[in-house]
Amino acid sequence: MPLITYREAVRHALAEEIERDRNVVVMGEEVAQFNGAYKVTEGLLARFGPERIVDTPISEAGFIGMGIGASMLGVRPVMELMFWSFYSVAFDQILNNAANVRYMSGGQIHCPIVIRGPANGGTNVGATHSHTPENVLANHPGVKVVVPATPYDAKGLLKSAIRDNDPVFFLENTMLYGEKGEVPAEEYLVPLGLADVKRQGTDLSIVTYGRSVLHSLAAAAILEKEHDVSVEVVDLRSIRPLDIDTVLASVAKTHRVLIVEEQKPFASVGAQLSYMIQREAFDELDGPIHRVTTVDAPAIYSPPIEIEQLPNPQRVLKAALEVVASSE
Amino acid sequence: MSKKSTANAEKPAEAAPSVTDYSRSPVNSRLSREQKIELHRKMVRIRRFEERSLRAYQAKKIGGFLHLYIGQEAVAVGCCSLMGKDDHIITAYRDHGHAIAVGMELNPLMAELYGKATGCSKGKGGSMHYFDPSRNFWGGHGIVGGQIPLGVGLAYGIKYKGLKGAAMAFMGDGAVNQGAVHEAYNLAALWKLPVVFVIENNGYSMGTSQARSSAGELAKRAEGYDMPWGQCNGHDVYEVRACMEKYLTLAREKHQPSTVEIDTYRYRGHSVADPDNTYRSKQEIEEYRRTKDPIQVFQQKLLAEGVLDDATIEKIDAEARAEADTAAEFSEASPFPTVDDIQKDVYWEADHPTERKSKGRLFFD
Repeated sequence: MPLITYREAVRHALAEEIERDRNVVVMGEEVAQFNGAYKVTEGLLARFGPERIVDTPISEAGFIGMGIGASMLGVRPVMELMFWSFYSVAFDQILNNAANVRYMSGGQIHCPIVIRGPANGGTNVGATHSHTPENVLANHPGVKVVVPATPYDAKGLLKSAIRDNDPVFFLENTMLYGEKGEVPAEEYLVPLGLADVKRQGTDLSIVTYGRSVLHSLAAAAILEKEHDVSVEVVDLRSIRPLDIDTVLASVAKTHRVLIVEEQKPFASVGAQLSYMIQREAFDELDGPIHRVTTVDAPAIYSPPIEIEQLPNPQRVLKAALEVVASSE
Repeated sequence: MSKKSTANAEKPAEAAPSVTDYSRSPVNSRLSREQKIELHRKMVRIRRFEERSLRAYQAKKIGGFLHLYIGQEAVAVGCCSLMGKDDHIITAYRDHGHAIAVGMELNPLMAELYGKATGCSKGKGGSMHYFDPSRNFWGGHGIVGGQIPLGVGLAYGIKYKGLKGAAMAFMGDGAVNQGAVHEAYNLAALWKLPVVFVIENNGYSMGTSQARSSAGELAKRAEGYDMPWGQCNGHDVYEVRACMEKYLTLAREKHQPSTVEIDTYRYRGHSVADPDNTYRSKQEIEEYRRTKDPIQVFQQKLLAEGVLDDATIEKIDAEARAEADTAAEFSEASPFPTVDDIQKDVYWEADHPTERKSKGRLFFD
């Protein structure tokens, strides 16, 4: 199987869907002539021309709203946010219009739009550019939220997202763009709402998604080798819809849960997961659910300290050992 | 107190109202007798519908907000009467007039106000959120100015699909100060999108007059985006049509966006919750009613043209009142949505289970 980067996987998904469906248009700041601020869309303008690959002004409320309006007429815009952090200036368009228009019209309208771009910390760009809004987005019924961790998942999920008839918010990660993984040469889809067990284990379930999957896998290897703890890593891949059944099956197997997420702790995705696990698998738990989150403050700039603010393998390792100790 | 007291807000049309007889404009002179009567009938139906809805509101049959369009009827009727099959419209929350103007039936519109399952949005949208995509009417939006980027998106869709149509994106005079409107102007002008931005200037953004909220001429802001702009008297449906036809043609034929400011007036408060005694005088309202009421103005023209007579006017009015009463009775008799209905019409996929591709839970408890 070819080994390609996460960035290339996203690009290949875009290219394949542009070729497949005349209604698919890629739009965003610097996506065309500049070849993408993070080079995700590199080469697409040369290949597909300016009607399909469209540079927008720095005007998120304007162009995201425009994409939503166009989607109501059957265009399938794939809008790039240079950073998901910029969603704040298009909040009304994304979460009042795209999320609600189907409901308020009594089901007469749907918005087949995808909004994609990176949502992560770890690049020393400070608090304004480091938001991880998947919990905020998923709080709005009517939208779907996807956070892929690997090149394989990124490609298969993005293709599904573009074909979806509901608004899908696709959260990538600049720290993952250069990560390589095996991706089949032939076409495939990964359905939204299907979790993936990235590592099998018997003693502890780490429930995670996005870049934290990589940290969790790194910690799991150390736990196995140095502490004789067998860890199962469940990658949610999709936040809404949510594959809680795969999570519960893992809990029933290991009876211990550590949630790892690049989220501020208050009302995070993990908070929702914890509620659901205790509600639906209370008797399976040997101890309280633990959590590793972003340390609760705006994103710090200082490069060595930002590493400590975010989930990382050492923090996951320490928390995992605490879970095991507290349930023995 | 005048609604517009800025020194430069005088408009050519107001300064010399009798110079042009807009009934002779090509777009109006080709109207048949029946079409003229239909324009009048639509305005009357809007007014009687709204008066009936106000009574229902006072009787506590309707919840939330009710933003009445009374006094502005010539704007929606004039603009929407120009729509062809590839033309689309979108507006803000004062949307009853546009809904009736595009041809929606009164029963589902009234039932929506009553929060009934037979409402046009199944009781899920309410007064501010009427939609009928089958008539190219895309809402009905509650946040001031938020619908304008969507209107530019409709224009983008029209152009992308190679259709010869235009979008009309309506807003009130208060919306011109919202950032989303300016972002939308820029995109429309930059990309030559077939959209006409229509500012329905009724003089007040809620309780704040234009003079207290907006610097300069409202429509003139289009100049900053290299868009043509115009102003017209929204009390005369003929003039609305003559003015809008020009800008719609620019959009359809040349993909040239524009902004049109239509001078109008609302006789009721911002919403029915507005006691309407803090920001304008009773005399001002009465003066508009007496001299500029769009229904009276057009009625007089049609009487003079011999298109209408007193008996026909009486009949149209009686029918409109009866239709509004029937809509209220229909709404009264209709069922409310059920608690089970709350979670329908949220996701396309959930509403089409046999075509669902995704897995996992869409809803949470």
